[in-house]
Amino acid sequence: MKKISGAEAVIRCLIEEKVDILFGYPGGAIMPVYDELYKFQDKVHHILTRHEQGATHAAQGYARSSGKVGVAIATSGPGATNLVTGIADAQIDSTPMVCITGQVASNLLGSDAFQETDIIGISTPVTKWNYQITKASEISEIFAKAFYIAKSGRPGPVLIDITKDAQFEQLENFEYKKCKNIRSYFSVPDTNPESLKKASELINNAKKPLIVWGQGVILGNAENEFLNFIEKTGIPAAWTILGLSAVPTDHPLNVGMVGMHGNYGPNVLTNECDVLLAIGMRFDDRVTGNLESYAKQAKIIHFEIDPAEVNKNVIADVAILGNVKETLKDLLTLVEENKHEKWVNKFTEFYNIEFKKVIDKEYNKKVGGLSMAEVIKSVNDNTNGESILVTDVGQHQMVACRYTKFNSSKSNITSGGLGTMGFALPAAFGAKIGDPKREVIAVIGDGGFQMTIQELGTIYQTNAAVKIIILNNNFLGMVRQWQQLFFDRRYASTEMINPDFVAIAKGYFIESKKVEKREELDKEIKKMIEFNGPYLLEVIIEKEDNVFPMIPSGSSVSDVRLE
Amino acid sequence: MKKIKYTISIYTENNVGLLNRISAIFLKRHINIRSITSSESEIPNIYRFIIVVNVDKEQIIKLVKQIEKQIEVIAAYFHTDEETIFLETALYKVKSKSLFNERQIQNIIKESRANIVTVKPDYFVIEKTGWREETEDLYLKLKKYGLLQFVRSGRISVSKKSMEITKFLKSNKNE
Ligand SMILES: Cc1ncc(C[n+]2csc(CCOP(=O)(O)OP(=O)(O)O)c2C)c(N)n1
Repeated sequence: MKKISGAEAVIRCLIEEKVDILFGYPGGAIMPVYDELYKFQDKVHHILTRHEQGATHAAQGYARSSGKVGVAIATSGPGATNLVTGIADAQIDSTPMVCITGQVASNLLGSDAFQETDIIGISTPVTKWNYQITKASEISEIFAKAFYIAKSGRPGPVLIDITKDAQFEQLENFEYKKCKNIRSYFSVPDTNPESLKKASELINNAKKPLIVWGQGVILGNAENEFLNFIEKTGIPAAWTILGLSAVPTDHPLNVGMVGMHGNYGPNVLTNECDVLLAIGMRFDDRVTGNLESYAKQAKIIHFEIDPAEVNKNVIADVAILGNVKETLKDLLTLVEENKHEKWVNKFTEFYNIEFKKVIDKEYNKKVGGLSMAEVIKSVNDNTNGESILVTDVGQHQMVACRYTKFNSSKSNITSGGLGTMGFALPAAFGAKIGDPKREVIAVIGDGGFQMTIQELGTIYQTNAAVKIIILNNNFLGMVRQWQQLFFDRRYASTEMINPDFVAIAKGYFIESKKVEKREELDKEIKKMIEFNGPYLLEVIIEKEDNVFPMIPSGSSVSDVRLE
Repeated sequence: MKKIKYTISIYTENNVGLLNRISAIFLKRHINIRSITSSESEIPNIYRFIIVVNVDKEQIIKLVKQIEKQIEVIAAYFHTDEETIFLETALYKVKSKSLFNERQIQNIIKESRANIVTVKPDYFVIEKTGWREETEDLYLKLKKYGLLQFVRSGRISVSKKSMEITKFLKSNKNE
């Protein structure tokens, strides 16, 4: 066999892992790999983002819409440090991602060489695993491990740093063996059959059971098992923001969102249920509010793949370890068929109150400035729950997630745990590339849009047909809301004087339009959806609207406010 | 909950950067490490870290789970002092003059069952292995005579009960 370089070995590893898309940005220390990408461009397609942060978010969007591992690549030093926000985001939201960074030659390590930075040290707390390759002979084993670790068990980001000399080094022979097992790593913990039995007893005797499900259902590809489970047991089920879309919006047992801006019913009734089933979720503080008064009356059953999450925030009466795809299937045979009609009706009663006090006023608004909810309504009317929603961070995120209709899973992509402004625009074209047949709609605030605005360049260059809606309230709206409610309206540095977004889009040769009037909204949304190619729609929103319901931070879920 | 001293034992692969990864878990939670040692364990090429921290029961359980979650950590355990046999070693460097001049110092060394490791014309080195109280006691006694240097190792310990680490390695046949 002829010798190949370490850089070529990197590409061959990617091909072995069936990676056909990379998001990245070149530079000195990664040039040998880029040179090989040039040669292999018919097999591995590289998408040049306009900033390395964009590459990570695009890889995340790609991973979430396709279910595959997203791959991002960058040079050493500033290229590598620009990846950090996306890596931290992927870590806290369990997104499978492999990041590849170039590094100075191994003989220069530690010398403060040009563009040397200790990316292994920097990324350690925010990666599931990382490794620095200094010899070409390590490449195939490390890549195999990296992909296995990123996607197995609870997924997460992995970073591989490769010194430049390892990329140039000639390899005598290249062999690739997929990694199936690492002796020190238990990807999926064993399920104790006793825990299933105990859980089934609690469930079968429950009068007012409530399910809160999270992204674990989606990451475990357990949507069918989950549906079978709720339908057999008749238990109402609420979602965390990352669990959204696993169950169709219209399903009668889907009772809405929990948490800080979740729905009224599931928040209040969390403190009235007798058994709380937490399925693939981790009791984030944005979900639980004050832990001292969170579901204290309920028996807690926690379905978890990550043992470190059990008893971390909420003590479980029964912990069911394992992949929910298996555990829900096994539990299904032990639970009795049931209907909790009266209890489920309670959610409807609460919904009706919320509808009157909040939803109707904003979703069906008729006078005054446009509301964010109206825009989502129009999107719903024009897409029928079939599109992928990508949101940034802020008020528009909460509104879009609350109101968007979904018919199928893996359709909601947002930055949940880290709350990374700037996530949506790159994540949106990543999602589009990950699932090109589906409509991708990015809903973004005027603040967050300007954090990764340069990715319009990537969208233009790749012609990724994403539909971008900027909900422009000329404010960092979510922060302004807090200032209004908790800081006596002292709007410190939250008002934004914005550029002409339509002109900017035009500058990138992206079709664009601005809407200010209610009469034009629906027509313009329809035009945007029907347009064949990327499109940016700026919608001018009432400046000082607030998102409700809201649980003020530190309060109990029972104290969710409607106004 | 009451904070007490816990000894954490961590069995790991032998990799660059693992110490950083483990210490980052303490850093993230603003927990001070009281002592740390690392060496190859009873199993070839598997390393053992011993870390002592002062935390409450809830914290130690969560810490050890986070440590165990790291890919290259094979297993992690925590023990109270009652559950382990533990020791520390201390070295004391004293001026030779004191040894020859002060009979007292020779008695101290004898009584505390310390050993003289090296005697040089201008200094000598005493070693004492034992519990913290014992090495501390000797430190206080020798201090009077002028210590040139004093150093104490991290804790080393073995648990009273078995940790069954080899069984762990064999059982992992995931996928
Ligand atoms: C990178 C980053 N910086 C700061 C914040 C804090 N933050 C959360 S929401 C928000 C306001 C977002 O404003 P905008 O993008 O206009 O969206 P809106 O809330 O108005 O819908 C800010 C500044 C954040 N989440 N991420």
